[in-house]
Amino acid sequence: MFDARTKATLSSAPKTSRGNRKNKEAFAGWLMAAPAIILLLTFLIVPFIFAFGLSLTNQRLISPNPTEYVGLRNYKRLLNVRFFTLKPLVDAEGNPVLDEEGQISYPRLRNFTRNNPDYPQLNGLREFKSWQVGKNRLVLLASDAVFFRALLNTIIFVIVVAPLQAGFALLLALLVNQRLRGVNVFRMIYFMPVVISMVVVSMLWRFIYDGNDGLLNSLLSAVSFGAFQPVDWLGSPQTALGSIIAMSVWQGVGFHMVIWLSGLQTIPFVLYEAASIAGANGWQKLRYVTWPGLRNTAVLILIVITMQSFSLYTQVQVMTRGGPLDSTQAIVFQAVQRGFEKQDIAGGSAISVLLFLIVLFISIMQSYLTREKR
Amino acid sequence: MQAKNVRGRNYRLGIYARYATLILIGLIFIFPIVFMIVSSFKPDLQLLRDTSSLRAFLPVGDISVDNYIEAFERAPIGRFIFNSVFITAVSVGLGLFLNSLAGFSFAVLEWPGKTIVLAVIIATLIIPFETIAIPLLLIVNFLPWFGLEGFTQGWLDSYQVQIIPFIADALSVFLFTQFFRDLPKEIIEAARIDGASWWQIYQRVLVPISGPVFATAAILKFLAMYNQFLWPLMVAQSEEFRPVMVGLQYFFQLNVAWGEIMAYLTIITVPVLIFYLALQRAFIESIASSGVKG
Amino acid sequence: MKKLLGLLTALLIFTVAGAQTELSMWYHGAGNAAERDTLLMIIEDFNNSQSDWVINLEEFPQESYNESIVAAALSGNLPDIIDVDGPVMPNWAWSGYMQPLNLSEGALDDFLPGAVGVWNGEVYSVGLWDAAIAMFARRSVLEANGIRIPTLEQPWTLEEFDAALETLQASGEFEFAFDPGMAWTGEWYPYAFSPFLQSFGGDMIDRSTFLTAEGALNGEEALAFGNWWQSLFERDLAPGTSQDGADRETGFIDGKYALQWNGNWAALAALDAYGDDLLFLPAPDFGNGPIIGAASWQFGVAASSENPEGANAFIEFAIQDEYLAAFSQATGLIPATQSAAAITPNYAAGGPLEVFFELSNEQSLIRPPTPGYVVMALVFEKALADIANGADVQDTLDAAVDEINADIENNNGYGF
Repeated sequence: MFDARTKATLSSAPKTSRGNRKNKEAFAGWLMAAPAIILLLTFLIVPFIFAFGLSLTNQRLISPNPTEYVGLRNYKRLLNVRFFTLKPLVDAEGNPVLDEEGQISYPRLRNFTRNNPDYPQLNGLREFKSWQVGKNRLVLLASDAVFFRALLNTIIFVIVVAPLQAGFALLLALLVNQRLRGVNVFRMIYFMPVVISMVVVSMLWRFIYDGNDGLLNSLLSAVSFGAFQPVDWLGSPQTALGSIIAMSVWQGVGFHMVIWLSGLQTIPFVLYEAASIAGANGWQKLRYVTWPGLRNTAVLILIVITMQSFSLYTQVQVMTRGGPLDSTQAIVFQAVQRGFEKQDIAGGSAISVLLFLIVLFISIMQSYLTREKR
Repeated sequence: MQAKNVRGRNYRLGIYARYATLILIGLIFIFPIVFMIVSSFKPDLQLLRDTSSLRAFLPVGDISVDNYIEAFERAPIGRFIFNSVFITAVSVGLGLFLNSLAGFSFAVLEWPGKTIVLAVIIATLIIPFETIAIPLLLIVNFLPWFGLEGFTQGWLDSYQVQIIPFIADALSVFLFTQFFRDLPKEIIEAARIDGASWWQIYQRVLVPISGPVFATAAILKFLAMYNQFLWPLMVAQSEEFRPVMVGLQYFFQLNVAWGEIMAYLTIITVPVLIFYLALQRAFIESIASSGVKG
Repeated sequence: MKKLLGLLTALLIFTVAGAQTELSMWYHGAGNAAERDTLLMIIEDFNNSQSDWVINLEEFPQESYNESIVAAALSGNLPDIIDVDGPVMPNWAWSGYMQPLNLSEGALDDFLPGAVGVWNGEVYSVGLWDAAIAMFARRSVLEANGIRIPTLEQPWTLEEFDAALETLQASGEFEFAFDPGMAWTGEWYPYAFSPFLQSFGGDMIDRSTFLTAEGALNGEEALAFGNWWQSLFERDLAPGTSQDGADRETGFIDGKYALQWNGNWAALAALDAYGDDLLFLPAPDFGNGPIIGAASWQFGVAASSENPEGANAFIEFAIQDEYLAAFSQATGLIPATQSAAAITPNYAAGGPLEVFFELSNEQSLIRPPTPGYVVMALVFEKALADIANGADVQDTLDAAVDEINADIENNNGYGF
């Protein structure tokens, strides 16, 4: 039905006047984009607006209590931060009390943040970060320290994963784009990790990362003739996020290799032939033929990787559940945990809306930056 | 003459070096698959013990196909695979058509509001499905359907509820848009001058030269659809509509059946590999065609 | 005449068909053939035993069963009979998903306390079985290290247990002296570890009001528990949160761990490995008596059911001793009554798992029966993981209390 109508309206287009032609083009444009737009609207955008609405209420996933409009309360609970200066404990003469190691001791924060009528503004806040300022300790308190940790981790994850994954994927794409016998086999092998779902991959890597006798430790120890000391990859706050990053890059690189590959395919062969005739070497071809031809692909990949990395979830859910000590908390993981597991659908939706705004901002920045270079 | 000889030797060395690189990198990517397949032939206890050594990759010890037999007894695997392949095939098919059409419109045609609409679509890439799952559930539960039993309300427990919401996807639209932007404008202009309609340009000019893009979009969508989990869990209430990833949960009992899980994973990976291999041809053919195209 | 006969037959068929009302039932055991076969047998017996009701079974995988139920409830598609995990029941009952059971007087008198789900003074669910946790140990190992074998009358004290762990670790024969099961994230943490806290004298919530966790989860007793818990990992007596699933399942059987805190579902595999040498020991007494968790999967009736009489009739039919015994035979779990236990080979007097019935009967304490348990369990899990990983004990417990209290407040006290 759709085809026939388009055909009928458009076949006469070139014969009409210019303005009319423009109108026809606009009409055709709308018509061709409409099915996808309507579907996205119904099944993605409307539900999301719905979710935004939920974030302004106290709605629970399941509850007999009535839903009430609460304004921005859910957002305030997430974002409330406050600085607080902690003064050292002092003895009778006013000198700071030192602990066994000679460090200055401070009163416990809970004396201020828990049920202290003198500090009502601090009630329920938790330490997110703290710095030593002279003898005092400057503490950044947050009403939701876990959320800030998740935000920070996710940003680190994106900043590390995006270039690594895009870069490795391009290298692989160039490798398997060679005219070599049997190169297809490698195309498939590099794609393998993508084929297995992330849930499964994460389960397998738990075995690999095991701290005592995991494969990675066994391998490193064998390669270094026993000099390597086993590391508890997922059990230590220093290595857990890095381990998840490494696995994620490894898993996703094949996905983006495929996108790069199809970008490479769209570069006309004659350009390379012309370059060869002009005496260009491999590097020059890469620099002056391949790279410019990949501009749109690069934009696509950068945006897609950014988006995908921001939605870090499955790995965390299966491998660490945010631990150890919140070192692998992630935004979407928090959104899901609150919305589903803790039945706080309003709070979970608020996190998603914040994430959406952050990424929207970044994607506008990205498209602005890439547009300028054109 | 000597120079030529050297070049020949360098060339051969270069070839060997390339293969060596390809193989080394290949090892990094293939080991979990090897682990998965090898493990699927081992009994649970041995499988778990082997994870701490290189034995994990070797078909040694007590090797049998018992896991496969037991996996088929535990769950209606054939049904799950059929469901997944059917749901995936229909959504990929319809999705390629509608999304490429939209991509064409965004990349080639001029119409008011285009930029804003595209920006919104790209932004929706970030909406985690988990956030909209509940609202979406309420929406599909409200929508009418006309089927064999006449008009019914609510799509739950069906194929369409697992297909229609996912036909259009922002990633595909964006992918098509980006690639169609690279197409030589002259081809389209030429076709316009020849009096071709926009539909004809899409169908006769654009689709034939866009094999790699369609192949890429198909693969990515296939993966996303085939790995669907949370949604079917919520909407497929009877076993007859459940796909493979929900089926995987059948193996997580109090005592996790690791060997059967590996067998199950090996089985359900096969359709994806077949699909990927089939699409490889599209890549190869388009290499040839792009040579002609320029 | 012929016409009349035809009419009569038609009428007869109509009334018979009309009298057979279909009831739907959802169960969490998809993929578990033994459970399915047993349940189908009960359903078939029930369907044949009367002519009013026919039960249709739909099975779901356990891992995601709760999500399936919530989705069904939100879209108004709940079945007549639902199966619910004991500690989650108050949440669903409070939300209006379930209605109280209506069984005949005294039907549940002999049931293990953990198998009966009570909320707001009414029985909402009943289980055909319960599970129990024990300290898996080997007689030979304990004797070789000079460690007393504890009994229900005289369980290990904190000092005794702690010293035993140190001794076992120092023996050098084991990677870790004690495997609490940190690899099993999720419900295992509150189910298996909150009894330790309760034995110390703390709890996840103040059970006198169910309105605050202050004092219960961050008081002196809880702090003592937290410090001891942290020291287990600091002293390398137990594998931490990064333990992989393989080690959890094979570690004790392979002799990597000397003691393992595990459920009776794992008992048969361990018996295969160690036979008579294997011991199922009671929980240590940390000051407030030995305690283990209770309540497993149970049957209940959906509030939306149009045929609650039929649903209740089925549940009452299913809780007969012969079916409790059949289920136990199929799954290895503990039959919910003493009389059913007596007719199973595993749990009858002298049976290999008999001890679990006593362990359950003597030590069990259900997890806090409040709709807020669902959130509490997750908060507790995170707190225990953080403490195991070296977080400040007092701060972590305080934060957990705050989160639990905020949740209770957001839910207007959950009906308390």
